[in-house]
Amino acid sequence: MKKKVGIVGVARTSYGKRPEAHLQDLSFEAVQKVLEQTGLRFTEDGSGIDATVSCSQDHWDGWTISSKNAIDGAGGHLRTEEKVAADGAYALYYAVLCILSGHHDCILIIAHTKESQVDGRLIENTGIEPMYGRMLGLDFTTCAALQARRYMDERGITPTQCARVVVKNRKNAMGNPAAPVSEILTEDDVLTAPILADPIRVPEAKPVADGACAVIVATEEKALQWTDRPVWVKGMGCCYDRHYPGYRDLIDPLALRKAATMAYGMAGVSDPRKEVDLVELSEYFAYQELLWCEGLGLCPEGEGGKLVDSGATGPGGDIPVNPSGGLLAGVPVNVAGLDRAVEAALQLRAEAEERQVEGARTALVHGTGGACGQMHCVLVLGR
Amino acid sequence: MGDRVAIMGVGQTDHRYMRPDVNHEEMIHEAVRLALEDAGLTIRDIDTVIFDNMDLFEGHYLADAMTVDGAGMYLKPGLKMNTGGTSGGTAVATGWQHVASGLFETALVVGWQKQDASPSIGSLVTAREPLYDRELAAGAVGIFATMGLQYMQETGCREEHAALARVIMADNARKNPHAHLKLEITVEDVLASRVLVWPVRLLHMSPTSCGACALVLGSEARARKGPKTPVWIRDLETAHREVSVFRGGCVEPRPQVSAIEVAAGRLYRRNGITDPAGQIDVWELYTPSSWALFHWMELFGICEKGQAWRLVEKEAIRLDGPIPIEPSGGVVSTNPIGASGVIRVAEAALQIRKEAGERQVAKDVKTAVATAWGAGSWIVMFYLTREA
Repeated sequence: MKKKVGIVGVARTSYGKRPEAHLQDLSFEAVQKVLEQTGLRFTEDGSGIDATVSCSQDHWDGWTISSKNAIDGAGGHLRTEEKVAADGAYALYYAVLCILSGHHDCILIIAHTKESQVDGRLIENTGIEPMYGRMLGLDFTTCAALQARRYMDERGITPTQCARVVVKNRKNAMGNPAAPVSEILTEDDVLTAPILADPIRVPEAKPVADGACAVIVATEEKALQWTDRPVWVKGMGCCYDRHYPGYRDLIDPLALRKAATMAYGMAGVSDPRKEVDLVELSEYFAYQELLWCEGLGLCPEGEGGKLVDSGATGPGGDIPVNPSGGLLAGVPVNVAGLDRAVEAALQLRAEAEERQVEGARTALVHGTGGACGQMHCVLVLGR
Repeated sequence: MGDRVAIMGVGQTDHRYMRPDVNHEEMIHEAVRLALEDAGLTIRDIDTVIFDNMDLFEGHYLADAMTVDGAGMYLKPGLKMNTGGTSGGTAVATGWQHVASGLFETALVVGWQKQDASPSIGSLVTAREPLYDRELAAGAVGIFATMGLQYMQETGCREEHAALARVIMADNARKNPHAHLKLEITVEDVLASRVLVWPVRLLHMSPTSCGACALVLGSEARARKGPKTPVWIRDLETAHREVSVFRGGCVEPRPQVSAIEVAAGRLYRRNGITDPAGQIDVWELYTPSSWALFHWMELFGICEKGQAWRLVEKEAIRLDGPIPIEPSGGVVSTNPIGASGVIRVAEAALQIRKEAGERQVAKDVKTAVATAWGAGSWIVMFYLTREA
């Protein structure tokens, strides 16, 4: 990257079920927090926020042109507002490009989803091709079950290794005030929990969550002026894979490897295991944390299970993964990838309280979308 | 500003009411292929793909994910933008940001809609706020009815003028091989067509079309090496606004307007445009109803307030007139919604390249403005030039 782009503010709502909150209330709550925190305002003269990049999905909002929800509460009125209809990590990726282009100096990114108002599996079913898969009743959970089964069969990943991801992330979530989950689970609890879609058990899937999160990014000059602790976006990449899961090798997260290669190249990272201090990734299901660690190059192919067994990804390990509790702690879809950036920024600013990774200087942020991780976005953040 | 960005290639399907012969991916693929051929590139030369479509309109969650192969996105970076009717404009803007950032040398922008598979009006109902607005207004026709009614009340404009505007756009559309409706109609035909919401008649409204449009954007270095004259996207501007019928959004004086005035004001100031009608050679405005045209002309500063209908009456907006508008036949002739914003930019680029065939305007086109409009009153606009 020829110019530096800095994160100057991050904020979010809590992620519990929020029946009392309208979609716009959720966005507004996060926006208000980040404005209070940074003291920035929506301005026309370059002294504050120039434009808004929003992130939401029409299907989840039940509202076509869902960025209408970002107009009132997120500074979109008569101003530049553009909606990224993909995971929140892509919204950050796009906002950084808008600053690198020189068109804007400071952008507010706002992602929201209120999962509790809809049955997400019905939505995901319309994300399956309409001729065959949709009729079968496939959704992203049943597709994930196929991926998990193949991963276990081919790589020898055990149910216990997947359960360990849940135990670790649940424990980590206790230190995260935004996380709605409140119960620590044992391996036995997970392994005896009801099955959602074989082999995935209920606590191995991301719980339903509502909420919004907001990030402000700016040029180097402005970031240095507005905050003592800027977090820099050092590299980023994203990639699409094929739609139909049968056309992909589900145990080879090819698009993730490509996205990571692009981000590492830009950031000058050659050995992520050594050079990265913590990882915030999007595990919609427990097994995905192991598979995404492989895709991110944190361990050799097929060794995601051994990685969690070794404790390396736990607190105090050499490569802590999801010290926030990750998505299994309860983060809304779409918000997920941007919330990973919020968490990574808090870590790099040494503001992560109980879940702080000591001396964190470089963090990986990962967002994904589609069945079995069809598309991935990776960002490298640094202090 | 960042690196200079040019349009290297454009491609669009022939837009039709029904495309039962192709599925979504095949239809998109037609436009992508044409754009790549036009740019003298293959998909391997494309660094990133920007996709626009509205999930609820199509009835597909993550419509980008579903059409990866058709759009050439396999193993490429890219993302999907969705801002409703402005989506096509937003996608072009997003492509511009990618190339201007210096991280990508080429970007493929893809917009499409297949309304034979999923009628958009069903989801347009949900474009309104659910508690109050959804009961009051559905779809887009009502917006143009209030616009038309208001315009007639405030000016000397009569129904005949809107009908004439529609006839002029139909005359242009017949010269555009890609246009969906190529109607041979007279003012009398328009006035005799069925009332939808008075004064909007059936012929005043855009059709439901299937189609796709793709652009290849490139950095200056790449564009200069391409086979076609580069068309420069000199500047762009977006303004959205809060829209609520209940809270007065559509019943306040000149409701849909301010975003356009604000966006045009900002873009003109940055580019030293003080006399839009004189400095811009051709306009591809996103006009979903002939009744909107009068408002658009005034809000983009093409003429004084209350005077647009007189310019139409003088037929100044024809291909050989002093202020050619919608030489392609416009959105009232062709409306594959997700593609419509991309088509405006593509058509303006063809005018600058002087490759618009029979629909080429008589003037020597050096500059053009292309816009996308949607969501009740949102606007994305582009200032295109022949000179870098």
